[in-house]
Amino acid sequence: MSTAVDLFTCISVGLGAVFFLAGSLGLLRFPDAYTRLHALTKADNLGLALVVIGLLPQAGSLAAGLKLIVIWLLVLLSGAAVSQLIARAARANERRG
Amino acid sequence: MIATAASAGLALLLVALAVWTVVARDALVAISGFIAYGLLIALVWVRLSGIDVALTEAAIGGGLTGALLIGAAARLRSTEAAAHAERCGATTRIVALLLSAAVTLALVLCVFALPHPAPSLASAVQDNIASTGVGNPITAVLLAFRAMDTLLEAIVLVIALLGVWSLGPDRAWGGRPGIRYTADPNGILAYFARVLAPIGVVIAIYIFWAGADHPGGKFQSATLLAAMWLLVQMAGLADAPPIGRRSLRVGLVVGPLAFIAVGFIGSFASGAFLSYPDGWAKPLIIVIEAALLPSLTLVLGLLLAGAPARESSK
Amino acid sequence: MNVATLYGLCAAVLIGIGLYGLIVLPHPLRKILSFNVVGSGVFMLFGALAKRGADASMSADPVPQALLITGIVVAFSATALAVALVVRVIEVSGSATLSSEAPAKGKPETSGPS
Repeated sequence: MSTAVDLFTCISVGLGAVFFLAGSLGLLRFPDAYTRLHALTKADNLGLALVVIGLLPQAGSLAAGLKLIVIWLLVLLSGAAVSQLIARAARANERRG
Repeated sequence: MIATAASAGLALLLVALAVWTVVARDALVAISGFIAYGLLIALVWVRLSGIDVALTEAAIGGGLTGALLIGAAARLRSTEAAAHAERCGATTRIVALLLSAAVTLALVLCVFALPHPAPSLASAVQDNIASTGVGNPITAVLLAFRAMDTLLEAIVLVIALLGVWSLGPDRAWGGRPGIRYTADPNGILAYFARVLAPIGVVIAIYIFWAGADHPGGKFQSATLLAAMWLLVQMAGLADAPPIGRRSLRVGLVVGPLAFIAVGFIGSFASGAFLSYPDGWAKPLIIVIEAALLPSLTLVLGLLLAGAPARESSK
Repeated sequence: MNVATLYGLCAAVLIGIGLYGLIVLPHPLRKILSFNVVGSGVFMLFGALAKRGADASMSADPVPQALLITGIVVAFSATALAVALVVRVIEVSGSATLSSEAPAKGKPETSGPS
Protein backbone atom coordinates (compact mmCIF):
# COMPACT_ATOMS: atom_id res chain seq x y z
CA MET A 1 0.00 0.00 0.00
CA SER A 2 2.63 2.51 0.93
CA THR A 3 4.72 1.75 -2.15
CA ALA A 4 1.69 2.47 -4.32
CA VAL A 5 1.24 5.76 -2.51
CA ASP A 6 4.93 6.59 -2.91
CA LEU A 7 4.75 5.69 -6.60
CA PHE A 8 1.77 8.01 -7.04
CA THR A 9 3.70 10.80 -5.28
CA CYS A 10 6.73 10.27 -7.50
CA ILE A 11 4.70 10.27 -10.71
CA SER A 12 2.67 13.32 -9.77
CA VAL A 13 5.63 15.35 -8.55
CA GLY A 14 7.58 14.28 -11.63
CA LEU A 15 4.80 15.51 -13.92
CA GLY A 16 4.70 18.75 -11.98
CA ALA A 17 8.45 19.08 -12.47
CA VAL A 18 7.94 18.62 -16.22
CA PHE A 19 5.52 21.55 -16.20
CA PHE A 20 8.03 23.65 -14.27
CA LEU A 21 10.69 22.75 -16.81
CA ALA A 22 8.35 23.71 -19.65
CA GLY A 23 7.59 27.02 -17.94
CA SER A 24 11.30 27.79 -17.46
CA LEU A 25 12.09 26.88 -21.08
CA GLY A 26 9.28 29.17 -22.20
CA LEU A 27 10.64 31.96 -20.02
CA LEU A 28 14.03 31.64 -21.64
CA ARG A 29 13.05 31.01 -25.25
CA PHE A 30 9.88 32.95 -25.98
CA PRO A 31 10.32 36.28 -27.76
CA ASP A 32 8.39 38.82 -25.71
CA ALA A 33 6.87 39.49 -22.30
CA TYR A 34 3.34 38.29 -23.10
CA THR A 35 4.32 34.85 -24.37
CA ARG A 36 6.72 34.45 -21.47
CA LEU A 37 3.94 35.21 -18.99
CA HIS A 38 1.81 32.65 -20.79
CA ALA A 39 4.51 30.02 -20.28
CA LEU A 40 5.04 30.93 -16.65
CA THR A 41 1.39 30.54 -15.71
CA LYS A 42 1.62 26.89 -16.70
CA ALA A 43 4.26 26.38 -14.05
CA ASP A 44 2.24 28.21 -11.42
CA ASN A 45 -1.12 26.62 -12.03
CA LEU A 46 -0.66 23.08 -13.29
CA GLY A 47 2.88 22.44 -12.17
CA LEU A 48 2.31 23.42 -8.56
CA ALA A 49 -1.11 21.71 -8.55
CA LEU A 50 0.46 18.40 -9.62
CA VAL A 51 3.19 18.75 -7.00
CA VAL A 52 0.61 19.50 -4.28
CA ILE A 53 -1.62 16.61 -5.37
CA GLY A 54 1.39 14.32 -5.28
CA LEU A 55 2.30 15.47 -1.77
CA LEU A 56 -1.21 15.20 -0.35
CA PRO A 57 -0.99 11.47 0.47
CA GLN A 58 2.30 12.14 2.26
CA ALA A 59 0.85 14.85 4.49
CA GLY A 60 0.44 13.56 8.03
CA SER A 61 -3.02 14.90 8.71
CA LEU A 62 -6.03 16.59 7.16
CA ALA A 63 -4.85 19.95 8.48
CA ALA A 64 -1.46 19.59 6.78
CA GLY A 65 -3.17 18.60 3.51
CA LEU A 66 -5.46 21.62 3.71
CA LYS A 67 -2.46 23.85 4.31
CA LEU A 68 -0.83 22.51 1.16
CA ILE A 69 -3.95 23.33 -0.84
CA VAL A 70 -4.12 26.81 0.69
CA ILE A 71 -0.49 27.36 -0.36
CA TRP A 72 -1.40 26.41 -3.92
CA LEU A 73 -4.42 28.76 -3.92
CA LEU A 74 -2.33 31.66 -2.60
CA VAL A 75 0.34 31.09 -5.27
CA LEU A 76 -2.44 31.02 -7.90
CA LEU A 77 -3.84 34.29 -6.58
CA SER A 78 -0.54 36.14 -6.48
CA GLY A 79 0.61 34.66 -9.80
CA ALA A 80 -2.55 35.76 -11.55
CA ALA A 81 -2.48 39.27 -10.09
CA VAL A 82 1.22 39.77 -10.83
CA SER A 83 0.89 38.44 -14.40
CA GLN A 84 -1.88 40.95 -15.08
CA LEU A 85 0.19 43.79 -13.65
CA ILE A 86 3.29 42.83 -15.65
CA ALA A 87 1.29 42.51 -18.86
CA ARG A 88 -0.31 45.87 -18.27
CA ALA A 89 3.07 47.48 -17.58
CA ALA A 90 4.53 45.88 -20.73
CA ARG A 91 1.62 47.26 -22.75
CA ALA A 92 2.10 50.73 -21.27
CA ASN A 93 5.81 50.55 -22.09
CA GLU A 94 5.01 49.58 -25.68
CA ARG A 95 2.58 52.45 -26.10
CA ARG A 96 5.05 54.91 -24.65
CA GLY A 97 8.10 53.95 -26.66
CA MET B 1 22.60 8.91 -2.07
CA ILE B 2 19.83 10.75 -3.86
CA ALA B 3 19.67 13.21 -0.97
CA THR B 4 23.38 13.98 -1.35
CA ALA B 5 22.98 14.42 -5.10
CA ALA B 6 20.05 16.78 -4.54
CA SER B 7 22.04 18.78 -1.98
CA ALA B 8 25.02 18.99 -4.33
CA GLY B 9 22.76 20.10 -7.18
CA LEU B 10 21.26 22.79 -4.98
CA ALA B 11 24.74 24.00 -3.97
CA LEU B 12 25.82 24.20 -7.62
CA LEU B 13 22.66 26.12 -8.52
CA LEU B 14 23.37 28.59 -5.72
CA VAL B 15 26.92 29.17 -6.93
CA ALA B 16 25.65 29.70 -10.48
CA LEU B 17 23.04 32.20 -9.29
CA ALA B 18 25.64 34.07 -7.22
CA VAL B 19 27.91 34.32 -10.27
CA TRP B 20 24.97 35.59 -12.33
CA THR B 21 24.19 38.20 -9.69
CA VAL B 22 27.75 39.48 -9.94
CA VAL B 23 28.20 39.46 -13.73
CA ALA B 24 24.75 40.62 -14.86
CA ARG B 25 24.91 43.98 -16.61
CA ASP B 26 21.56 45.40 -15.57
CA ALA B 27 20.90 46.04 -11.89
CA LEU B 28 17.29 44.81 -12.03
CA VAL B 29 18.41 41.55 -13.63
CA ALA B 30 20.99 41.07 -10.89
CA ILE B 31 18.41 41.78 -8.20
CA SER B 32 15.97 39.27 -9.71
CA GLY B 33 18.74 36.70 -9.57
CA PHE B 34 19.39 37.69 -5.97
CA ILE B 35 15.74 37.15 -4.99
CA ALA B 36 15.77 33.67 -6.52
CA TYR B 37 19.08 33.07 -4.72
CA GLY B 38 17.53 34.10 -1.39
CA LEU B 39 14.61 31.73 -1.84
CA LEU B 40 16.91 28.83 -2.74
CA ILE B 41 18.98 29.52 0.37
CA ALA B 42 15.76 28.96 2.33
CA LEU B 43 15.76 25.45 0.83
CA VAL B 44 19.35 25.02 1.98
CA TRP B 45 18.26 25.91 5.49
CA VAL B 46 15.65 23.17 5.38
CA ARG B 47 18.42 20.72 4.43
CA LEU B 48 20.46 22.03 7.38
CA SER B 49 17.52 21.41 9.77
CA GLY B 50 16.95 25.08 10.51
CA ILE B 51 13.26 25.59 9.74
CA ASP B 52 12.98 28.86 11.70
CA VAL B 53 16.02 30.23 9.90
CA ALA B 54 14.53 29.08 6.57
CA LEU B 55 11.34 31.04 7.29
CA THR B 56 13.34 34.12 8.27
CA GLU B 57 15.61 33.87 5.23
CA ALA B 58 12.71 33.47 2.81
CA ALA B 59 10.82 36.36 4.36
CA ILE B 60 13.59 38.86 5.08
CA GLY B 61 16.53 37.76 2.93
CA GLY B 62 14.50 36.95 -0.15
CA GLY B 63 11.40 39.07 0.20
CA LEU B 64 12.13 42.29 2.06
CA THR B 65 15.72 42.74 0.88
CA GLY B 66 14.62 42.10 -2.70
CA ALA B 67 11.81 44.63 -2.44
CA LEU B 68 14.21 47.19 -0.93
CA LEU B 69 16.78 46.71 -3.67
CA ILE B 70 14.22 46.78 -6.50
CA GLY B 71 12.84 50.06 -5.17
CA ALA B 72 16.33 51.53 -5.01
CA ALA B 73 17.32 50.23 -8.46
CA ALA B 74 14.19 51.73 -10.00
CA ARG B 75 15.09 55.12 -8.53
CA LEU B 76 18.74 54.89 -9.59
CA ARG B 77 18.28 53.69 -13.18
CA SER B 78 19.69 56.87 -14.61
CA THR B 79 23.03 56.51 -12.86
CA GLU B 80 23.80 53.04 -14.14
CA ALA B 81 25.26 54.08 -17.47
CA ALA B 82 27.66 56.52 -15.87
CA ALA B 83 28.75 53.97 -13.31
CA HIS B 84 29.26 51.38 -16.04
CA ALA B 85 31.58 53.75 -17.86
CA GLU B 86 34.01 53.75 -14.96
CA ARG B 87 34.30 50.03 -14.47
CA CYS B 88 37.73 48.91 -13.44
CA GLY B 89 40.47 47.49 -15.62
CA ALA B 90 42.05 44.10 -15.92
CA THR B 91 44.62 44.47 -13.12
CA THR B 92 41.97 45.23 -10.52
CA ARG B 93 39.94 42.29 -11.73
CA ILE B 94 42.90 39.91 -11.51
CA VAL B 95 43.83 41.14 -8.04
CA ALA B 96 40.20 40.81 -6.91
CA LEU B 97 40.04 37.31 -8.37
CA LEU B 98 43.21 36.28 -6.54
CA LEU B 99 41.99 37.80 -3.30
CA SER B 100 38.61 36.07 -3.55
CA ALA B 101 40.27 32.76 -4.40
CA ALA B 102 42.58 33.15 -1.40
CA VAL B 103 39.68 33.87 0.94
CA THR B 104 37.72 30.92 -0.44
CA LEU B 105 40.72 28.63 -0.07
CA ALA B 106 41.30 29.76 3.52
CA LEU B 107 37.65 29.09 4.39
CA VAL B 108 37.74 25.67 2.69
CA LEU B 109 40.77 24.75 4.78
CA CYS B 110 38.93 25.94 7.90
CA VAL B 111 35.92 23.80 7.02
CA PHE B 112 38.11 20.73 6.67
CA ALA B 113 40.00 21.56 9.85
CA LEU B 114 36.90 21.72 12.05
CA PRO B 115 37.17 19.59 15.18
CA HIS B 116 35.55 16.17 15.45
CA PRO B 117 33.36 15.62 17.46
CA ALA B 118 31.74 19.01 16.95
CA PRO B 119 31.20 21.11 20.09
CA SER B 120 27.54 21.68 20.64
CA LEU B 121 25.17 23.36 23.05
CA ALA B 122 22.18 21.27 21.96
CA SER B 123 22.31 19.05 25.04
CA ALA B 124 22.52 22.07 27.34
CA VAL B 125 19.46 23.58 25.66
CA GLN B 126 17.61 20.28 25.83
CA ASP B 127 18.30 19.94 29.56
CA ASN B 128 17.03 23.40 30.44
CA ILE B 129 14.22 23.96 27.97
CA ALA B 130 11.52 22.60 30.30
CA SER B 131 11.99 25.52 32.67
CA THR B 132 11.21 28.07 29.96
CA GLY B 133 7.77 26.71 29.15
CA VAL B 134 8.21 26.88 25.37
CA GLY B 135 8.63 23.87 23.14
CA ASN B 136 10.55 25.38 20.25
CA PRO B 137 14.27 25.40 21.16
CA ILE B 138 14.98 28.39 18.89
CA THR B 139 12.34 30.48 20.69
CA ALA B 140 13.75 29.34 24.02
CA VAL B 141 17.24 30.44 22.98
CA LEU B 142 16.03 33.75 21.53
CA LEU B 143 13.83 34.77 24.44
CA ALA B 144 15.18 32.96 27.47
CA PHE B 145 18.78 31.84 27.17
CA ARG B 146 20.05 34.68 24.98
CA ALA B 147 17.36 37.25 25.55
CA MET B 148 19.96 40.00 25.78
CA ASP B 149 20.84 39.49 22.11
CA THR B 150 17.19 39.85 21.08
CA LEU B 151 16.82 43.00 23.18
CA LEU B 152 19.89 44.58 21.61
CA GLU B 153 18.71 43.53 18.16
CA ALA B 154 15.37 45.30 18.67
CA ILE B 155 17.24 48.43 19.78
CA VAL B 156 19.62 48.21 16.79
CA LEU B 157 16.63 48.06 14.45
CA VAL B 158 15.20 51.26 15.92
CA ILE B 159 18.60 52.97 15.68
CA ALA B 160 18.93 51.91 12.03
CA LEU B 161 15.49 53.41 11.42
CA LEU B 162 16.64 56.66 13.02
CA GLY B 163 19.64 56.58 10.70
CA VAL B 164 17.40 56.17 7.66
CA TRP B 165 15.13 58.97 8.86
CA SER B 166 18.05 61.31 9.39
CA LEU B 167 18.87 61.07 5.68
CA GLY B 168 15.78 62.97 4.62
CA PRO B 169 16.06 66.63 3.68
CA ASP B 170 15.38 69.05 6.52
CA ARG B 171 12.16 70.40 5.12
CA ALA B 172 10.65 66.88 5.01
CA TRP B 173 11.43 66.01 8.63
CA GLY B 174 8.26 64.69 10.23
CA GLY B 175 6.66 64.07 6.87
CA ARG B 176 5.71 60.92 5.04
CA PRO B 177 8.32 58.66 3.45
CA GLY B 178 8.29 57.63 -0.16
CA ILE B 179 5.78 58.63 -2.79
CA ARG B 180 2.02 58.47 -2.67
CA TYR B 181 1.14 55.38 -4.63
CA THR B 182 -1.98 55.61 -6.72
CA ALA B 183 -3.69 52.71 -8.37
CA ASP B 184 -7.03 52.19 -9.99
CA PRO B 185 -9.36 51.46 -7.04
CA ASN B 186 -11.22 48.95 -9.22
CA GLY B 187 -8.07 47.49 -10.71
CA ILE B 188 -6.27 44.26 -10.11
CA LEU B 189 -3.72 45.59 -7.62
CA ALA B 190 -6.37 47.02 -5.30
CA TYR B 191 -8.34 43.79 -5.55
CA PHE B 192 -5.23 41.76 -4.83
CA ALA B 193 -4.37 43.88 -1.78
CA ARG B 194 -7.93 43.64 -0.46
CA VAL B 195 -7.96 39.85 -0.77
CA LEU B 196 -4.42 39.02 0.28
CA ALA B 197 -3.90 41.41 3.19
CA PRO B 198 -6.44 39.83 5.57
CA ILE B 199 -5.22 36.33 4.66
CA GLY B 200 -1.64 37.46 5.27
CA VAL B 201 -2.54 38.93 8.65
CA VAL B 202 -4.22 35.69 9.74
CA ILE B 203 -1.23 33.62 8.62
CA ALA B 204 1.13 36.01 10.39
CA ILE B 205 -0.75 35.77 13.68
CA TYR B 206 -0.74 31.99 13.31
CA ILE B 207 3.03 31.94 12.75
CA PHE B 208 3.45 34.21 15.78
CA TRP B 209 1.33 32.00 18.00
CA ALA B 210 2.78 28.73 16.74
CA GLY B 211 6.31 29.98 17.33
CA ALA B 212 6.16 28.87 20.93
CA ASP B 213 6.18 25.18 20.11
CA HIS B 214 6.73 24.90 16.35
CA PRO B 215 8.95 26.75 13.90
CA GLY B 216 7.82 30.33 13.69
CA GLY B 217 8.00 33.33 15.93
CA LYS B 218 7.76 37.07 15.98
CA PHE B 219 10.40 37.93 13.37
CA GLN B 220 8.78 35.94 10.59
CA SER B 221 5.36 37.14 11.69
CA ALA B 222 6.44 40.79 11.81
CA THR B 223 7.94 40.50 8.34
CA LEU B 224 4.69 39.14 6.97
CA LEU B 225 2.67 41.89 8.64
CA ALA B 226 5.06 44.55 7.32
CA ALA B 227 4.77 43.06 3.82
CA MET B 228 0.96 43.19 3.98
CA TRP B 229 1.17 46.80 5.16
CA LEU B 230 3.43 47.68 2.24
CA LEU B 231 1.12 45.88 -0.20
CA VAL B 232 -1.79 47.94 1.06
CA GLN B 233 0.29 51.12 0.65
CA MET B 234 1.39 50.21 -2.86
CA ALA B 235 -2.19 49.55 -3.90
CA GLY B 236 -3.05 53.07 -2.88
CA LEU B 237 -5.45 51.91 -0.18
CA ALA B 238 -3.45 53.59 2.59
CA ASP B 239 -0.66 56.09 2.76
CA ALA B 240 2.64 55.85 4.61
CA PRO B 241 2.23 57.49 8.02
CA PRO B 242 4.07 60.76 8.72
CA ILE B 243 7.09 59.95 10.83
CA GLY B 244 6.33 62.78 13.23
CA ARG B 245 3.11 61.17 14.36
CA ARG B 246 3.21 60.52 18.09
CA SER B 247 1.37 57.19 17.99
CA LEU B 248 3.83 55.86 15.43
CA ARG B 249 6.82 56.77 17.58
CA VAL B 250 5.21 55.28 20.68
CA GLY B 251 4.51 52.08 18.76
CA LEU B 252 8.14 51.89 17.69
CA VAL B 253 9.57 52.03 21.19
CA VAL B 254 6.94 50.11 23.16
CA GLY B 255 8.56 46.80 22.23
CA PRO B 256 12.12 47.51 23.41
CA LEU B 257 10.79 49.38 26.47
CA ALA B 258 8.60 46.45 27.49
CA PHE B 259 11.57 44.16 27.02
CA ILE B 260 13.77 46.35 29.24
CA ALA B 261 10.99 46.57 31.84
CA VAL B 262 10.74 42.78 31.97
CA GLY B 263 14.49 42.69 32.34
CA PHE B 264 14.36 44.94 35.37
CA ILE B 265 11.54 42.86 36.84
CA GLY B 266 13.90 39.94 36.55
CA SER B 267 16.75 41.79 38.21
CA PHE B 268 14.58 42.65 41.21
CA ALA B 269 12.83 39.29 41.46
CA SER B 270 15.65 36.85 40.77
CA GLY B 271 18.86 38.76 40.93
CA ALA B 272 19.97 39.13 37.32
CA PHE B 273 18.83 41.36 34.44
CA LEU B 274 16.46 39.44 32.14
CA SER B 275 16.29 36.40 34.38
CA TYR B 276 12.79 35.02 34.74
CA PRO B 277 11.41 34.05 38.17
CA ASP B 278 10.43 30.39 38.46
CA GLY B 279 7.12 29.60 36.79
CA TRP B 280 6.87 33.08 35.28
CA ALA B 281 8.95 32.36 32.21
CA LYS B 282 6.15 31.59 29.77
CA PRO B 283 3.89 34.56 30.67
CA LEU B 284 6.83 36.99 30.58
CA ILE B 285 7.93 35.60 27.23
CA ILE B 286 4.43 36.08 25.85
CA VAL B 287 4.37 39.67 27.15
CA ILE B 288 7.70 40.43 25.47
CA GLU B 289 6.67 38.86 22.18
CA ALA B 290 3.29 40.60 22.13
CA ALA B 291 4.97 43.96 22.76
CA LEU B 292 7.72 43.37 20.21
CA LEU B 293 5.43 42.28 17.39
CA PRO B 294 3.92 45.71 16.57
CA SER B 295 7.27 47.44 17.07
CA LEU B 296 9.05 45.05 14.71
CA THR B 297 6.28 45.38 12.14
CA LEU B 298 6.52 49.17 12.20
CA VAL B 299 10.32 49.15 12.05
CA LEU B 300 10.54 46.71 9.15
CA GLY B 301 7.83 48.50 7.19
CA LEU B 302 9.37 51.93 7.76
CA LEU B 303 12.90 50.72 6.93
CA LEU B 304 11.52 49.67 3.57
CA ALA B 305 9.64 52.93 3.07
CA GLY B 306 12.83 54.95 3.44
CA ALA B 307 13.67 58.48 4.39
CA PRO B 308 10.91 61.10 4.68
CA ALA B 309 10.39 62.75 1.33
CA ARG B 310 7.15 64.70 1.51
CA GLU B 311 6.70 67.70 3.71
CA SER B 312 4.38 67.30 6.62
CA SER B 313 1.15 69.09 6.15
CA LYS B 314 1.15 71.14 9.32
CA MET C 1 30.76 14.00 2.60
CA ASN C 2 27.93 14.95 4.86
CA VAL C 3 25.57 17.80 4.21
CA ALA C 4 27.21 20.17 6.69
CA THR C 5 30.62 19.94 5.01
CA LEU C 6 29.02 20.29 1.56
CA TYR C 7 27.28 23.50 2.48
CA GLY C 8 30.35 24.76 4.34
CA LEU C 9 32.30 24.49 1.10
CA CYS C 10 29.44 26.05 -0.87
CA ALA C 11 29.42 28.92 1.62
CA ALA C 12 33.17 29.46 1.15
CA VAL C 13 32.68 29.71 -2.62
CA LEU C 14 29.76 32.13 -2.20
CA ILE C 15 31.84 34.37 0.05
CA GLY C 16 34.58 34.45 -2.59
CA ILE C 17 32.13 35.30 -5.37
CA GLY C 18 30.53 38.06 -3.32
CA LEU C 19 33.94 39.48 -2.41
CA TYR C 20 34.91 39.62 -6.08
CA GLY C 21 31.69 41.44 -6.92
CA LEU C 22 32.17 43.84 -4.01
CA ILE C 23 35.60 44.89 -5.30
CA VAL C 24 34.97 44.90 -9.04
CA LEU C 25 31.47 46.31 -9.57
CA PRO C 26 31.42 50.11 -9.89
CA HIS C 27 27.85 51.02 -8.94
CA PRO C 28 27.26 51.33 -5.16
CA LEU C 29 23.95 49.45 -5.34
CA ARG C 30 25.69 46.46 -6.97
CA LYS C 31 28.29 46.59 -4.21
CA ILE C 32 25.51 46.38 -1.63
CA LEU C 33 24.07 43.41 -3.53
CA SER C 34 27.45 41.64 -3.53
CA PHE C 35 27.81 42.43 0.15
CA ASN C 36 24.51 40.65 0.76
CA VAL C 37 25.84 37.64 -1.14
CA VAL C 38 28.88 37.61 1.17
CA GLY C 39 26.56 37.91 4.16
CA SER C 40 24.41 35.00 3.08
CA GLY C 41 27.55 32.93 2.57
CA VAL C 42 28.71 33.72 6.10
CA PHE C 43 25.29 32.75 7.46
CA MET C 44 25.38 29.49 5.54
CA LEU C 45 28.81 28.71 6.96
CA PHE C 46 27.51 29.36 10.43
CA GLY C 47 24.53 27.13 9.68
CA ALA C 48 26.83 24.33 8.61
CA LEU C 49 28.55 24.65 11.98
CA ALA C 50 25.14 24.47 13.67
CA LYS C 51 24.26 21.33 11.73
CA ARG C 52 27.48 19.69 12.86
CA GLY C 53 26.37 20.21 16.45
CA ALA C 54 23.43 17.85 16.05
CA ASP C 55 23.00 15.20 18.68
CA ALA C 56 20.45 12.63 19.74
CA SER C 57 17.83 15.08 20.93
CA MET C 58 17.94 17.74 18.22
CA SER C 59 18.84 17.63 14.57
CA ALA C 60 20.90 20.83 14.79
CA ASP C 61 22.41 23.04 17.47
CA PRO C 62 19.77 25.70 18.16
CA VAL C 63 22.03 28.37 19.66
CA PRO C 64 23.89 29.30 16.44
CA GLN C 65 20.60 29.14 14.52
CA ALA C 66 18.98 31.59 16.91
CA LEU C 67 22.00 33.90 16.53
CA LEU C 68 21.57 33.57 12.76
CA ILE C 69 17.97 34.76 12.91
CA THR C 70 19.22 37.83 14.76
CA GLY C 71 21.98 38.21 12.16
CA ILE C 72 19.63 38.05 9.17
CA VAL C 73 17.38 40.74 10.62
CA VAL C 74 20.30 43.02 11.52
CA ALA C 75 21.84 42.48 8.06
CA PHE C 76 18.56 43.61 6.52
CA SER C 77 18.55 46.77 8.63
CA ALA C 78 22.16 47.48 7.62
CA THR C 79 21.21 46.99 3.96
CA ALA C 80 18.27 49.36 4.38
CA LEU C 81 20.52 52.02 5.90
CA ALA C 82 23.13 51.53 3.15
CA VAL C 83 20.51 51.80 0.42
CA ALA C 84 19.08 54.96 1.99
CA LEU C 85 22.61 56.44 2.10
CA VAL C 86 23.29 55.59 -1.55
CA VAL C 87 19.96 57.07 -2.69
CA ARG C 88 20.62 60.24 -0.72
CA VAL C 89 24.20 60.61 -2.00
CA ILE C 90 22.98 60.25 -5.58
CA GLU C 91 20.14 62.71 -4.99
CA VAL C 92 22.55 65.32 -3.65
CA SER C 93 25.52 64.85 -5.95
CA GLY C 94 23.81 63.70 -9.11
CA SER C 95 26.17 60.85 -9.88
CA ALA C 96 26.86 57.42 -8.47
CA THR C 97 30.61 57.62 -8.50
CA LEU C 98 32.67 56.52 -5.51
CA SER C 99 35.89 57.97 -6.91
CA SER C 100 37.41 60.90 -5.08
CA GLU C 101 37.53 63.40 -7.96
CA ALA C 102 34.66 65.84 -8.18
CA PRO C 103 32.09 64.86 -10.82
CA ALA C 104 33.10 66.42 -14.09
CA LYS C 105 29.65 66.54 -15.63
CA GLY C 106 26.47 68.04 -14.29
CA LYS C 107 25.99 70.34 -11.36
CA PRO C 108 25.20 68.70 -8.06
CA GLU C 109 21.50 69.17 -7.54
CA THR C 110 20.52 70.48 -4.17
CA SER C 111 17.30 69.39 -2.57
CA GLY C 112 16.85 71.78 0.30
CA PRO C 113 19.10 72.70 3.18
CA SER C 114 20.63 69.48 4.44
